[in-house]
Amino acid sequence: MEGKMIDENGLRIDGRKADELRPIKIEAGVLKRADGSAYVEWGKNKVLAAVYGPRECHPRHLQDPSKALVQCKYNMIAFSVSDRKRPGPDRRSVEISKIISEALEYAVFTEYFPRTSVDVYIEILQANAGTRCAGLTAASVALADAGIPMKDMIPSVAVGKIDGQVVLDLCKEEDNYGQADLPIAVVPRTGEILLMQMDGHMTMDEFNKAMEYGFGACEKIYQLQKDALKRRYAVEDVEGLEEDAPREQQDMEG
Amino acid sequence: MARAVMSDIKRDHIHKLLSKGKRVDGRTWDEFRQISIETRYVESAEGSARVKLGNTDVLVGVKMQTGTPFEDTPDKGVLATNAELIPLASPTFESGPPDEDSIELARVVDRGIRESEMIDLSSLCITPKEEVWMCFVDVYVLDYDGNLFDAAFLGAVAALKTAVVPAATYGKGENFPLPTKSTPISCTAVQIENSILLDPTLDEEKVADARLTVTTDENGDLRAMQKGLDGSLTLEQVRKIIETSQKLGKELRKLVG
Amino acid sequence: MKESEVMYKDGALKPVREIVVPGELLDSGKLKPGSGTYVSEGKIYASQLGIKSTKSNYVNVIPLGGRYIPVTGDNVIGKVIDIGPSNWLIDINSPYPAPLHVNEVPWRVEFGDTARYLNVGDTILAKVLMVDETKRVQVTMKDQGLRKLQGGQIIDISHSKVPRVIGKGGSMIQLIKSHTNCRIFVGQNGRIWLDGDIESIVAAIRAIRMIDEGAQTLRLTERVKEYLESVTKPSQIG
Repeated sequence: MEGKMIDENGLRIDGRKADELRPIKIEAGVLKRADGSAYVEWGKNKVLAAVYGPRECHPRHLQDPSKALVQCKYNMIAFSVSDRKRPGPDRRSVEISKIISEALEYAVFTEYFPRTSVDVYIEILQANAGTRCAGLTAASVALADAGIPMKDMIPSVAVGKIDGQVVLDLCKEEDNYGQADLPIAVVPRTGEILLMQMDGHMTMDEFNKAMEYGFGACEKIYQLQKDALKRRYAVEDVEGLEEDAPREQQDMEG
Repeated sequence: MARAVMSDIKRDHIHKLLSKGKRVDGRTWDEFRQISIETRYVESAEGSARVKLGNTDVLVGVKMQTGTPFEDTPDKGVLATNAELIPLASPTFESGPPDEDSIELARVVDRGIRESEMIDLSSLCITPKEEVWMCFVDVYVLDYDGNLFDAAFLGAVAALKTAVVPAATYGKGENFPLPTKSTPISCTAVQIENSILLDPTLDEEKVADARLTVTTDENGDLRAMQKGLDGSLTLEQVRKIIETSQKLGKELRKLVG
Repeated sequence: MKESEVMYKDGALKPVREIVVPGELLDSGKLKPGSGTYVSEGKIYASQLGIKSTKSNYVNVIPLGGRYIPVTGDNVIGKVIDIGPSNWLIDINSPYPAPLHVNEVPWRVEFGDTARYLNVGDTILAKVLMVDETKRVQVTMKDQGLRKLQGGQIIDISHSKVPRVIGKGGSMIQLIKSHTNCRIFVGQNGRIWLDGDIESIVAAIRAIRMIDEGAQTLRLTERVKEYLESVTKPSQIG
């Protein structure tokens, strides 16, 4: 397979250029019970994220008296992959859950809600490489949808290397034969990196190129996240009603 | 815990409406909520369907692979059903291995498929005693507003009916549609102060005394039943639910073809 | 056409509320930071998804969605979810359930006798007594009109829609009450209690749902009025 992933025109097996993202669709507020939710289609990935909270922290012994906990659970459903995956967390899911929780913990103003937990659930319905990035991107939208105070939206993307070239957003076929995989998540406003993993082989130059592609892509993904939320709540002016009027209290005599 | 407690006012309101033959959402006692079924929802599955029944939302997938048959049925394929009540769907669902509700849901869906002989398991035999097709049905609840049984069952039937056996992937010839012989349909009802209501919402389930799920085939014959909750049903009530299931089954069957 | 304007059929332009997401820049120096915002390096950013609003030099974000965050003095409708010997635990739809102490009820309750006055599943009209720095809340029933509620029906709406359901000067809720002859209490926590005859309750709930669920607010008052007039006959006796 080596040498066949990028053709003479610099196009990849799905027709993309080296720095091109797969098509991404984001929708906010897709579930009724959850406090916040989001659905993301990213290439052939299908991801659902839901947020409950801030709510009482379970397990109680993990409660933090000074802030909220952000507990994220990432899971791939049994039929999300070609070979059926036995339901239940495996070591990979546990690790991914941890690093996503840590990224989100930084973004959320946890000190506003001591002793509570903000529970984030990411379910991968259909997987095609880059699921942790799609999941974190969805989770970020779900958190905003749930009204959780955050510093910023958190876009995430993976950069990789195939045929000796740095490329953005590997699909499954590329990932199987890739030479490196580098998922990142950033704070758009400040450029802070909240998630980063790497496996494979990269030179410093390749790494720098990867960061250039990655940050550029995060900017685009951030716009999509914003649009999804604004679309969900597109609202017209209420005839003269001040949304921020002093809290109208009803007289309790009813 | 806060969400699990139902306020007396809500409970009484349901009863008051019932005494006038009405339901909170305006439906009649034997009316199902709006149903939407989207098959081939997930490409990575051999068959899949996402079902919305009112605000209840369920995703069912079928995965197939080759394996060894059970000793006592050496020439029959294997059917296995699993259900996950994932915490994303409700503040009352917890993470962890399937609890008794998940297991009951899976076993009732499985029973309906198996007892109606919807899949001819003999047709899934590759080499007797050595190799057969294994068919895994996985049910995931995405949003919970009552009546998981019917939403899951519709999803399972729709997913199986559109499933393709991945023979090519296993070097067993060309892919072929999973052969199905019938279309079973389940109907679930609850009994609230002796009123029977079909397709209960979450609130209706919370105040119900008893619940009955009836699975019928095209002839209206019974294939599976499951009574739930800790109250009781009279024989008259059971007959009424069966008759209604036979009638509604005809309509619902059209949705899954 | 600016992003913040929308064109109506008659060609008129009307300003639309600006929706902001967490991290969006709100102001670079003239205004002061209000609720739903945070400051970084002298600039004010949104911390929540909501509607940007400026009032007397403060820039705020009015949150859309999210849990109810209790404010001292709010009238709320709560559900009793647990009992102790000297207090009850009330669910008011906020991150923490709120304790109601025996000292904060209109009855004289002996130690251990709490179940006699309020039980799990009861609904009460209460007031937020205090919210401390850690966002712990206490409620009270010691105020005019606060009491246990009985009969009727309860519904939950998004707490951010409460101002719309009440309306300017109470106009919207009055409209619904007068057409349906229902008693209606709208708690600031998004929980609403209604009482009246069954058909009227159902009509009032539908009207409220129109307000809660409708993204369109154009002619909202008119549409609600039209609906109510079509299902009820005002001042019908018997």
